[in-house]
Amino acid sequence: MSASTQPGTGPDSGMQPGGTQPGGGTGPGQERGSGSGAQPDLLYTDIEEDLRSTVRDVLADRCPPASLSARVEAAAEGAADGGPADGRSAEPSARASARPYDPALWRVLGADLGLAGLLVPEKLGGQGASAREAAVVLEELGAGVAPTPFLGSAVLATSALLACDTADAGVAALLGSLASGAATGALAVPLAAAPGSAFPGAVRADAAGRLTGTVTSVADALAADVLVVPAVGPDGPGLYEVAAGDAAVTPFVSLDLTRPLADVAFDGAAARPLPSADAAAALDAALLAGAGLLASEQLGLAQWCLDETVRYLGERHQFGRVVGGFQAIKHRLADLWLEVVSLRAAARSAADALATGTDAAIAVRVAQAYASGVAVHAAEEAVQLHGGIGMTWEHPLHLYLKRAKADQIAVGTAGRHRAALAPLLDLPAA
Amino acid sequence: MTSNATPEGVRARVRELLAAHDPAALEPLDFLRARFDAGLAWVHFPEGLGGLGAPRALQAVVDAELAAAGAPDNDPRRIGIGLGMAAPTILRYGTEEQKHRFLRPLWTGEEVWCQLFSEPGAGSDLAGLRTRAVREDGGGDGGGDWIVDGQKVWTSSAHNARWAILIARTDPDVPKHQGITYFVCDMTDPGVEVRPLRQITGEAEFNEVFLTGVRIPDAHRLGAVGEGWRVAQTTLMNERVAIGGSALPREGGMIAPVAAAWRERPGLRTPELHDRLLTLWVEAEVARLGAERVRQQLAVGAPGPEGSGLKLAFARLNQQISGLEVELLGEEGLRYGDWTMVRPQTVDFYGRDAGYRYLRAKGNSIEGGTSEVLRNIVAERVLGLPAEPRIDKDVAWKDLPR
Ligand SMILES: Cc1cc2nc3c(=O)[nH]c(=O)nc-3n(C[C@H](O)[C@H](O)[C@H](O)COP(=O)(O)OP(=O)(O)OC[C@H]3O[C@@H](n4cnc5c(N)ncnc54)[C@H](O)[C@@H]3O)c2cc1C
Repeated sequence: MSASTQPGTGPDSGMQPGGTQPGGGTGPGQERGSGSGAQPDLLYTDIEEDLRSTVRDVLADRCPPASLSARVEAAAEGAADGGPADGRSAEPSARASARPYDPALWRVLGADLGLAGLLVPEKLGGQGASAREAAVVLEELGAGVAPTPFLGSAVLATSALLACDTADAGVAALLGSLASGAATGALAVPLAAAPGSAFPGAVRADAAGRLTGTVTSVADALAADVLVVPAVGPDGPGLYEVAAGDAAVTPFVSLDLTRPLADVAFDGAAARPLPSADAAAALDAALLAGAGLLASEQLGLAQWCLDETVRYLGERHQFGRVVGGFQAIKHRLADLWLEVVSLRAAARSAADALATGTDAAIAVRVAQAYASGVAVHAAEEAVQLHGGIGMTWEHPLHLYLKRAKADQIAVGTAGRHRAALAPLLDLPAA
Repeated sequence: MTSNATPEGVRARVRELLAAHDPAALEPLDFLRARFDAGLAWVHFPEGLGGLGAPRALQAVVDAELAAAGAPDNDPRRIGIGLGMAAPTILRYGTEEQKHRFLRPLWTGEEVWCQLFSEPGAGSDLAGLRTRAVREDGGGDGGGDWIVDGQKVWTSSAHNARWAILIARTDPDVPKHQGITYFVCDMTDPGVEVRPLRQITGEAEFNEVFLTGVRIPDAHRLGAVGEGWRVAQTTLMNERVAIGGSALPREGGMIAPVAAAWRERPGLRTPELHDRLLTLWVEAEVARLGAERVRQQLAVGAPGPEGSGLKLAFARLNQQISGLEVELLGEEGLRYGDWTMVRPQTVDFYGRDAGYRYLRAKGNSIEGGTSEVLRNIVAERVLGLPAEPRIDKDVAWKDLPR
């Protein structure tokens, strides 16, 4: 304990973070995890704040809640008509109808602003930014439940490729086209796949490199031109590049209307192997990045739900008073606020760990074990505290609840992330 | 900016201090006095008052350097009320004379402080207090000493304290917030009687304090007459929001003993407790990161409102974690160390058993403002929601129902 860890450590010692240290005998707990010596940078840089306002402006302009609702409406009707997404073909016109994705919005964000290539080094045609910037973009996309394939293409597929042999011309070319926004990718794994799970065996590659098998519940496949597919070949696990037109991409009616899922089937599909030293490790790195960055999407979503609810209840009158002035409501919102600011710290820590490569295994799982509960709680409170209007299709809140609930399952549930922490923290199961 | 405002600058100051005062050779108190005089007590305080007028963030640099050199510390837990509440208030509202009289022995720990705020009838509604301070007829400026009568309660450290910060009613004819004045009370005055108040843990960490004809010179008033509520806000803000300059390591708080028990005693493990332990471990880590984020914001001079939530978060977590620990220990959790009444010098969460931690942590959501009151504050000041209805706002204190 330092001499000047004042103030606030009075009779309250032990409740304050700086207040009290355990006495002797707790040594093993003090420096658990590799990165605990140096503290992560949990703030936003000016560049990150600029990026945030750029994305926010574009979304406010091109994807306001009203147009989002209309788009989702059309997509829902389309899905009810049944049928695969317009008989997939590689033509752009087919992609344009892969509702609710908004190709024009994605062109601006992904290609014009360069967000599709944020994580890709400059020499490979990208922006050379890091997970910290991608996290800020995801906060804004989460706040707008924006129907773009950023997570699938710019995070999941891109991270998998970055973990392959980028000196290989094929890998470099594919990364370059994803980074420029010329093509959109998806990682052909179930959205529920958690980092650390066994390499998927659903798709097999034959000696000629043709793929056969089905992957269920793939995120952003509907918007993709190219699929990065984990498959087991004669030589073991590998990653393959497949043109989306060579696969059968069948959407189903998804709980999450703004990130619809599809089943992807390969029937002897032509594929190009993507060289990597360790395909399983490459896939795992992609899922770890996806899980860590998803926490920022969940943060943005939760913050929006909180802000919108505070705004609404600050105006709504019942019993001759502003509803937000009732203490039962104030306390619930104060608790939710505390959860959201806590999630901000956790999500920043995960993003920083992914950016620096230090402590990511623990930091990502901490963030993801915490994030989904907060996002769902925020969305559920928002629906409840909006009263009847919260139950309507007309109000965009339902899109947030559906995304929050789906995100709870995405890239590993909180329970799976906690279980994965146990060995890392030396807290073994019973 | 002087070089004092840089990490290299304060490091040079530390080196100078160590060169002139060998911590291994000196009495701890002599070293602490020298440290204060070198401006390395609170670097953000003004020069001459224990500081260098440097950014607050540099304190962490000083602390780390001095700890590495094996310098003695001033036992911040024993003197927490002085450091955390009295000092910032004296700095802000005290006269030059008061600052020079009080701050050095406060910081070195020679003089312990306590806080005479709460009363039997005034806890959350602190401004409703009824302890009276009446000015004696006196000399030329129309007044002499103040004579104080009343009763305070839940006063931590009163039995060790040399001085107290005290709020008392000086004008009952105006609404409650307007008639309060803030004083420094001499705990050795014959009119001060301190009686132990035994608490849930069995020990008597705090007290009832009876004030009967206590004489306080006007020179020990802090701030103007009738301005005591405003002065007290400085104290309370520091009490609730402040966070220390040093970063907490991962698994460095209340979670440490329960995690250690889990590792060392496989026989206690069950699958259900495992998931709860991991859930709380994650929440403790997230709370730690939240506190770290606040610290980083302060360090760059951009404090956010997040600090207001920290006490809420840690109070809830400490209670849940210590509750889990008792449960994990099973039969051993049924034993309690010692119910003998003692009057501790400090609150020692970790020197005692799990049952003690569990019981003492109950105070974390009451002391320094209850969690309910803190939620009101967050809702109103951070989220901008309407304030609680105030039926007592324009009524003279003497006419309030009680
Ligand atoms: C361990 C410990 C150490 C302490 N040390 C000191 C000290 O050194 N000096 C000192 O002066 N005091 C000290 N206190 C006193 C402390 O500040 C008070 O106990 C606290 O402010 C609450 O006041 P109260 O106990 O009178 O409870 P009350 O104010 O009577 O509250 C009773 C209940 O009502 C709730 N409540 C009250 N008002 C509201 C509201 N507006 N909205 C919703 N709920 C409300 C409270 O949250 C609580 O649950 C200490 C207390 C503890 C537990």
